[in-house]
Amino acid sequence: MKLYCLSGHPTLPCNVLKFKSTTIMLDCGLDTTAALYFLPLPLVHSPRLSKLPGWVSKDGAVNLEKVSTCLLDLSTIDVILISNYHCMMALPYITEHTGFTGTVYATEPTLQIGRLLMEELVTFMERVPKAQAATCWKNKEIQRLLPGPLKDAVDVWSWRKCYSVQEVNSALSKVQLVGYSQKELFGAVQVTPLSSGYSLGSSNWIIQSHYEKVSYVSGSSLLTTHPQPMEQSSLKNSDVLILTGLTQIPTANPDGMLGEFCSNLAMTIRAGGNVLVPCYSSGVIYDLLECLYQFMDSANLGSTPFYFISPVANSSLEFSQIFAEWLCQNKQSKVYLPEPPFPHAELIQTNKLKHYPSIHGDFSSEFRQPCVVFTGHPSLRFGDVVHFMELWGKSSLNTIIFTEPDFSYLDALAPYQPLAMKCVYCPIDTRLNFHQVSKLLKDIQPLHVVCPEPYTQPPPAQPHRSDLMLELQPPPMAYRRCSVLGLPFRRRYERIHLLPELARSLVPSEIKAGVSVATVSAVLQSKDNKHVLQPVPKPAPVPPSKKRKRVTEEPPEVLNPKPLLSGAVPLEPFLAMLHKNGITEVKVEETADGHILHLQTEDVLIQLEEDATHIICDNNEPLRTALRDLVLRFLQKL
Amino acid sequence: MPDIKVTPLGAGQDVGRSCILVSIGGKNIMLDCGMHMGYNDDRRFPDFSYITQNGRLTEFLDCVIISHFHLDHCGALPYMSEMVGYDGPIYMTHPTKAICPILLEDFRKITVDKKGETNFFTSQMIKDCMKKVVPLNLHQTVQVDEELEIKAYYAGHVLGAAMVQIKVGSESVVYTGDYNMTPDRHLGAAWIDKCRPDLLISESTYATTIRDSKRCRERDFLKKVHETVERGGKVLIPVFALGRAQELCILLETFWERMNLKAPIYFSTGLTEKANHYYKLFITWTNQKIRKTFVQRNMFEFKHIKAFDRSYADNPGPMVVFATPGMLHAGQSLLIFKKWAGNEKNMVIMPGYCVQGTVGHKILNGQKKLEMEGRATLDVKLQVEYMSFSAHADAKGIMQLIRMAEPRNMLLVHGEAKKMEFLKDKIEQEFSISCYMPANGETTSIVTNPSVPVDISLNLLKREMALGGPLPDAKRPRTMHGTLIMKDNSLRLVSPEQALKELGLSEHQLRFTCRVQLHDPHSDNDTLGRIYTHLKSVLKTYSIQHVPDGTVIVESIVIKVTSSAEEPNLKVILLSWSYQTADSTATKKKKIQL
Repeated sequence: MKLYCLSGHPTLPCNVLKFKSTTIMLDCGLDTTAALYFLPLPLVHSPRLSKLPGWVSKDGAVNLEKVSTCLLDLSTIDVILISNYHCMMALPYITEHTGFTGTVYATEPTLQIGRLLMEELVTFMERVPKAQAATCWKNKEIQRLLPGPLKDAVDVWSWRKCYSVQEVNSALSKVQLVGYSQKELFGAVQVTPLSSGYSLGSSNWIIQSHYEKVSYVSGSSLLTTHPQPMEQSSLKNSDVLILTGLTQIPTANPDGMLGEFCSNLAMTIRAGGNVLVPCYSSGVIYDLLECLYQFMDSANLGSTPFYFISPVANSSLEFSQIFAEWLCQNKQSKVYLPEPPFPHAELIQTNKLKHYPSIHGDFSSEFRQPCVVFTGHPSLRFGDVVHFMELWGKSSLNTIIFTEPDFSYLDALAPYQPLAMKCVYCPIDTRLNFHQVSKLLKDIQPLHVVCPEPYTQPPPAQPHRSDLMLELQPPPMAYRRCSVLGLPFRRRYERIHLLPELARSLVPSEIKAGVSVATVSAVLQSKDNKHVLQPVPKPAPVPPSKKRKRVTEEPPEVLNPKPLLSGAVPLEPFLAMLHKNGITEVKVEETADGHILHLQTEDVLIQLEEDATHIICDNNEPLRTALRDLVLRFLQKL
Repeated sequence: MPDIKVTPLGAGQDVGRSCILVSIGGKNIMLDCGMHMGYNDDRRFPDFSYITQNGRLTEFLDCVIISHFHLDHCGALPYMSEMVGYDGPIYMTHPTKAICPILLEDFRKITVDKKGETNFFTSQMIKDCMKKVVPLNLHQTVQVDEELEIKAYYAGHVLGAAMVQIKVGSESVVYTGDYNMTPDRHLGAAWIDKCRPDLLISESTYATTIRDSKRCRERDFLKKVHETVERGGKVLIPVFALGRAQELCILLETFWERMNLKAPIYFSTGLTEKANHYYKLFITWTNQKIRKTFVQRNMFEFKHIKAFDRSYADNPGPMVVFATPGMLHAGQSLLIFKKWAGNEKNMVIMPGYCVQGTVGHKILNGQKKLEMEGRATLDVKLQVEYMSFSAHADAKGIMQLIRMAEPRNMLLVHGEAKKMEFLKDKIEQEFSISCYMPANGETTSIVTNPSVPVDISLNLLKREMALGGPLPDAKRPRTMHGTLIMKDNSLRLVSPEQALKELGLSEHQLRFTCRVQLHDPHSDNDTLGRIYTHLKSVLKTYSIQHVPDGTVIVESIVIKVTSSAEEPNLKVILLSWSYQTADSTATKKKKIQL
């Protein structure tokens, strides 16, 4: 049993587990931080951006970092398990043009929202087509001459251009939908998604056979936000727990950040400025809108318009309302009334929240200031946010509030400097923090924990914070990009089925109190890793017409092997038994280890010892058989 | 011999009052808890005294499962849980949980407020009953307790309708509830995997019908509505607020749009809008097409269909009215029917099944004079049309489901005895499985033959698989020998050696020795050598060793040669073997004597 680690990124994992001759990929996150090395993609050519000193003006499309494929052949993957929509963004790279023929398992919200995010990414990229894509820079010799972080980036050859809509559709057509706690059998392996509480339809996975259990925990949350709470008890009794997707900002409390978000927003609006919130089109935005829905009225800012601009804004808002089964209890009970689970339906109805596919068209004529704009992409390298940075960056009245924790906000802002607009960093990461994780692990007690290397040491910026790392006994097995770990399993049993006819024919005997044994002689049938024991078929009667020609060619007979024996043959009862069966003349001789019985009439010697019986009997088969059966009466058969 | 027992308390050779008791692996499950539309007395509800004469049902039932929100499947639920008494879990899907209490309240209002019955369940009882409901998601495996697990499958029929698989150990039963094997305008088709249950309990409403294509029926329906409206008549379509109504609304809405018709379409009662809202929120339960396009256009927002007011019934001119309930047994639809029945220009279209005793059933059977309450009679002059729009599987659909699930036995409920008989024969012929159709209160017992799961030691299994070769040879099956240890409810199969070790027992050796005398002039060693060569040529398939210390070993048989000094030519051959090799020894011994 082995784990191949294709990504070292702790929150965008991609691991492959080989388990009982099944190859299972756990998530395939797309690392878009590489986008930060590139210039933003504005809608119109910006002379300022293209002349920026210290930045490469290679004018190529943004490249995305793909998971490492050096460790194994992607076409051998049988199953891909997706834990949440952020962790599936590299799916087309895995399933398309690689010979992949397996199945992808995901929940319905994960599939639908994942599709939206992929379509959004594709639209962002295709909206600003580049005449040609530069690739020469990937040559090691040229890369060496490049400025900044690009020079030191590893594996740039694996960076790829964004996929197309066709590839997205084709990749997603391979998804098979599963519900929480659905037991899905794949060969000898059963996979089950469990609610992880992080986002709509997000799941942890249990991968198990009858005797081994691997839990895969990825992006889980114990906070009360919109998704269904995390299911914890089913993670118990794991042999191995693979832990990924902890909070990226362990020092920030999401509730505190939310308060800061609201107060900064109110301050800016009151001063007549606009607020720009670069964010993903699904996820925390639902909670932000709900929070603002309550906050704006109480802050007396009820008339401030919210704009949500994304090619998938409408779909994202609509989809969020139809997944009641995947929401927390509170929201779930709303649909019984029936009311939409999220209050953004009301914001839209009352015209407080408006959504547009892009800044083109209706938005430009309808928008009023001051306002709050939610738009992507959070890296500030592509999407409509690039336009707002250019538009609002020069005024100190405006504020940009970062809520997504995936990107360093300073790196994101770098190409826009100098910037007059205020910058506020309120990262909201609801995933588990180290305190919650250690409590969780104490509860569920896995035998071994596997995690990315960064979790085993304090953050590089805060080396003294030993509370911001995992300390476990036994210590966790750490992995980094391209590691291959052997997972510690000691398997001793396998499940087998006795056919009812066989089960009925068994004769159990009690060996000691509460323990019975039965000898089983059966024919084993193994197919697809499933094992069945059948009764031994009765030998077909030999057709009488055919005469046996030569004895030597007779096939070896199929005979029931004899059981092992245990116990001892006691002398007196044995003599009594012999007597009862007509053997009366017995001479008993004592030896060091037991007795020798001489049956004088029959001229047979029987040696009785503690652990052995030896019958010495010349050519008298019936007698020998009779004596054997008498001895067997005293012994237990196993 | 383990068996599964099934007793219908309702829906046994009958439609309505679905309530089926199943005992499997020591667990008792109630499937559906419905009421009968055709009765107003005690026969309305299933006879729960069958379960116990005195008092509450909690200790006799492990769980109750409701397949969908139609009253003939859930109408007796508050009566059962609150008035008879049941505190265990009640399982239903989310949409059913949302809609069921509304229909129950509606039913209660008609019965208590309009008909003035007492001793009926109250609004509070409906609420208390719903608190015991645990929602089910599709395909989710719900562990009711350690042994009992249930899993829901999509059934079509109405929003949130489910089929359920009940499993205890390796025994399982699938109950279909009502289902539909062809997708319609708003729902998808039922689906189940090849789960090979011991028993499939299926509805059989349309056991003998094979319906023509859906398109034809739709065209027919539209034509009839259109003709009546054209000649100035009024069309009454009695429906249940949820289900068929939405499908017909979608149908009429698109037709009105295409034909640019102006006659008003109304939908009675305030339930409509609410009902459509449920469809919007539970869009994941509708069919593929609606789910795909819902962001652009929500099919459940109707432009042509407006809310109905009681006074509209007397308006002149053509109109189409959807009114509840669907079997014309009470409420708004019956009221409108009474008003319009006298005019032959008008039409009533019955889009679903009507149970015996209802006005709907009577007029469908061609009855032209109806006795109403208070001895008044009503002449039925308007046209009566029946259009089978109920989303039940027809005979073809039922056979299709059997092919999908591959059950070992079949049991029919929710249908008429005569029709069931026909279908039963057909199923037994085509699939060669037993098919049962118990009447209410009659118990069917099905013997199951579960295999026994056992833990086999990996060493034993691997050894056996290595010996058996990659492929089993049917002509020469290998017999494997092991010891089954039964201890504290666990069954483990290990090799006999391991069993001895584990149980702390020592092995008892049983050996046999036999002397054979032989005249041979050679030395002892040469004699042994000759025996060795001879055996080698005769027993080709056995491993034979000549050990230097003066023995020949054939597998576990030891052969020695001795002779006495007095008679060096008389050799005594000692043959010694253990109990475990006794059988094969006999044959070998014979060969030596040759």
